[in-house]
Amino acid sequence: MIYQSIKMAIKSILSNKMRSFLTMLGVIIGVFSLVVLVSLVSGASGKITGAINELGTDQIDVYVNDTDAKGISYNELITDIKGLSSIENVAPQSYSVGICMSRNESERSIVFGTTPTLPLVTNVKLEAGRFIMNPDMDNHSNVVVVSHELAVDVIGRADVVGESLRINGREYTIIGVTEKQSNPMMALLMGTNYRAYVPFTTMARAFPNGSMEVTSFIASPVDGDFATAEADLKDYMLKRFNNDEEAFEVYNESTISDQMGTITGALSLLFGGIAGISLLVGGIGIMNIMLVSVTERTREIGIRKAIGAQPRVIMLQFLIEAIVLSLMGCLIGIGFSWVTMQLINIIGKVNFGLSAGVIIVAVAFSTGVGVIFGLYPARKAARMRPIDALRYN
Amino acid sequence: MIIFKDVCKTYYMGDEVVHALDHANIHIKQGEFVSIIGPSGSGKSTLMNIMGCLDVATSGEYYLDNLPIERYSEKQLAKIRNQKIGFIFQSFNLISTMTAEENVELPLIYQGVGMAERKRRVKEALEMVDLYSRRGHTPNQMSGGQQQRVAIARAMASKPSLYLADEPTGNLDSATGKQIMSIFKELNKQGNTIVLITHDDSVACQAQRSIRIKDGKVSDIEFDKDQQDKNGKDNDPDKSDDGSDSADPKPSEEVRMRGGAYA
Repeated sequence: MIYQSIKMAIKSILSNKMRSFLTMLGVIIGVFSLVVLVSLVSGASGKITGAINELGTDQIDVYVNDTDAKGISYNELITDIKGLSSIENVAPQSYSVGICMSRNESERSIVFGTTPTLPLVTNVKLEAGRFIMNPDMDNHSNVVVVSHELAVDVIGRADVVGESLRINGREYTIIGVTEKQSNPMMALLMGTNYRAYVPFTTMARAFPNGSMEVTSFIASPVDGDFATAEADLKDYMLKRFNNDEEAFEVYNESTISDQMGTITGALSLLFGGIAGISLLVGGIGIMNIMLVSVTERTREIGIRKAIGAQPRVIMLQFLIEAIVLSLMGCLIGIGFSWVTMQLINIIGKVNFGLSAGVIIVAVAFSTGVGVIFGLYPARKAARMRPIDALRYN
Repeated sequence: MIIFKDVCKTYYMGDEVVHALDHANIHIKQGEFVSIIGPSGSGKSTLMNIMGCLDVATSGEYYLDNLPIERYSEKQLAKIRNQKIGFIFQSFNLISTMTAEENVELPLIYQGVGMAERKRRVKEALEMVDLYSRRGHTPNQMSGGQQQRVAIARAMASKPSLYLADEPTGNLDSATGKQIMSIFKELNKQGNTIVLITHDDSVACQAQRSIRIKDGKVSDIEFDKDQQDKNGKDNDPDKSDDGSDSADPKPSEEVRMRGGAYA
C-alpha cells in the first residue's frame, strides 16, 4: 500500500512539473543554505582545529608574567617542576625575533630558545638533520634548527643541514630542518611560518632579551592526565609566587580547541537556525499547494472513497505526496549544495566537503516539514464525505 | 440481499426540511435485476447513496447481505463498499490520470489483493468488456462508451455482491447505451444482482422489476417479462425476513404494488 502510494505521489508530482518545482523551491533554498553554510563553517573550523592540533594540544603552556619577583630559573624548571609526580617532561621556550640572513636573502623569524626535550612535549617534526642535543646546551653552541619555509625562503632550498645562517649578525650552523607546514591556517594563527630553534643557553647569551630565567615553558602530563598536571602546576606556581594569581598563566591547548569548538558549534547553530526558518517557509508552501491539490482532486478522492479507500489510505496518499515533495526538494537542494561546494573548493583553493551530519539533519528536517505541513491537507482529504466529494465539480 | 425497512433520509435546507426518503421499504433478492425509476429530485440519488453505503439513513434499517449498515463506521463502510458494491456512475468517474488498467486495478489494491492475482483479474475484467487491448489508455483517450465499459470492468474486478448503476447510459448515445445494457444483462445472467437507477422508462423496463420513487416515497412495480425467460434460477428465499416480500418470486400480475409508500 505504501509502495502504491509512493508511486501515485511521484506520478502526481510529475504530472504538474512546474508547480511541483515552484513548491519545492522553498525547501530547495532552505536545504541549500543549510547545507552550504554549515559545511563552510565546519570546513573552516576543521582547518582551524587542525592547526591548533598541529601546535600541539597534548601540552600545557605556562607563561610567567611577573618580572619583579624572582623568576623561575632553568635549574628550578628541570629539577622541581619536572619533579612533580604528574609531569612527564618539560621544555623551556623563550621567544625572540631574529633577522635571518643568507648571502642574498633576509627574513624576520621567530626564534625559540629551548632544550632537547622540546620534541617530547610539543609537535616538532624534523624532515632532515637532528634537533638540539645536550652538548649543544652545555657548550652554548651556535647551532640552529630552521623551519622548512624559512630555509626555502632565505637560502632557496630545503636541504640545508650543515650550512650556515646568520641570525642577528651571528653565524649559526644549521643542524636540522623541521617539516613543511601542511596546514595553511597555521601561518594565520602564528603570523608566520618562519621559525628557528636555538639552544636555551645560546639564546640566554646571544640575544638581547635572553637570560637563564624561564619566562615560558611547555609541560606534558603523565599518561595524558591533563587535569591533574594542570592542577599540580597551578599549585606549584601559586606557592612559588606567594598566591599571586596574576603572576603566571597556565594554558592547556585542548581548552583552546574546546572553545573553538563551542564557537563553531554556535555558529553552525545560528546558520542552521536561519536556514531552518527558510525550510519552514518552504513547508508552508508545501502545505499551501497540498491544500490546492486536495481541493482540485476532490472528485478523485470521492471516487477512491466510493470504490473502498479507507480514510487512512487517502490520508497516507496525500501525506506521502507531501513528504515526497519535500524530500525531492531536499535532494535537489543537496545536489545544488554539492555543486556549490565544488565551485568554492576550486575558487577558494580549499578542500571543504559536505558535512555528513548536516545532510542527515537536512533530510530529517525535510521529512519533518513534509509530515507536519502535509498532515493538515491529508486529514482534510481523509475526512471528506464520499457523497460530497463525488458531487464536487 | 437488500432490505430497506422504513428508511428515512431528511435534509435541512436552511429552515426547510426535505424528506428525500420517506419510510422506504424495499426488498431485493440475490440475482435480481432491479431498476429504480423516478424523475429528478425524487430521491433516487439519496436512495442510491444509502444503498451504496456512501451515506447513512436518518432512521430505519438497511441490511446488505444481512449486515446492518447503519451501525457501521465510515472505515467499515469503506470496506463494505470495497468488497460488496460495484459502482457504475453516469459520469463514469474514472480517475483521469490513470490508465484503464490502473483504474480497474484500484479497488483490488484497496482490497489488498496480491500483484499476480490483481493482474489476472484486471485482465479478465477488461477482456469481458472487450477493452483489454486499450488497457494502456487514459480515460480522455477513450469514448464515453469505452469509459463506461472500463467502469463496469472496475466494478467486476472486485467481484461485488451488488452492482449499483446510477444512470449508466445517461451520458451515452442510444446505440452505446444498448451496448452497456447488454453487458448488464450478461452480468445478470451470470447470477449477479444489479440495481440500476434511471429516469428513462425504456431503460428501466429492461430490468426484471422496477421500483418507482416519487417525492421520497417508494412503490414497487413488477414487469411481466417473457423476454426474461433466461432468469430460470430461483431467487434466494432465505432473505425474506421483512414480511413485505411475498414468497412467490415471480408474480403473475403485470404491475403489482408492493411495500413502498405509507403516507
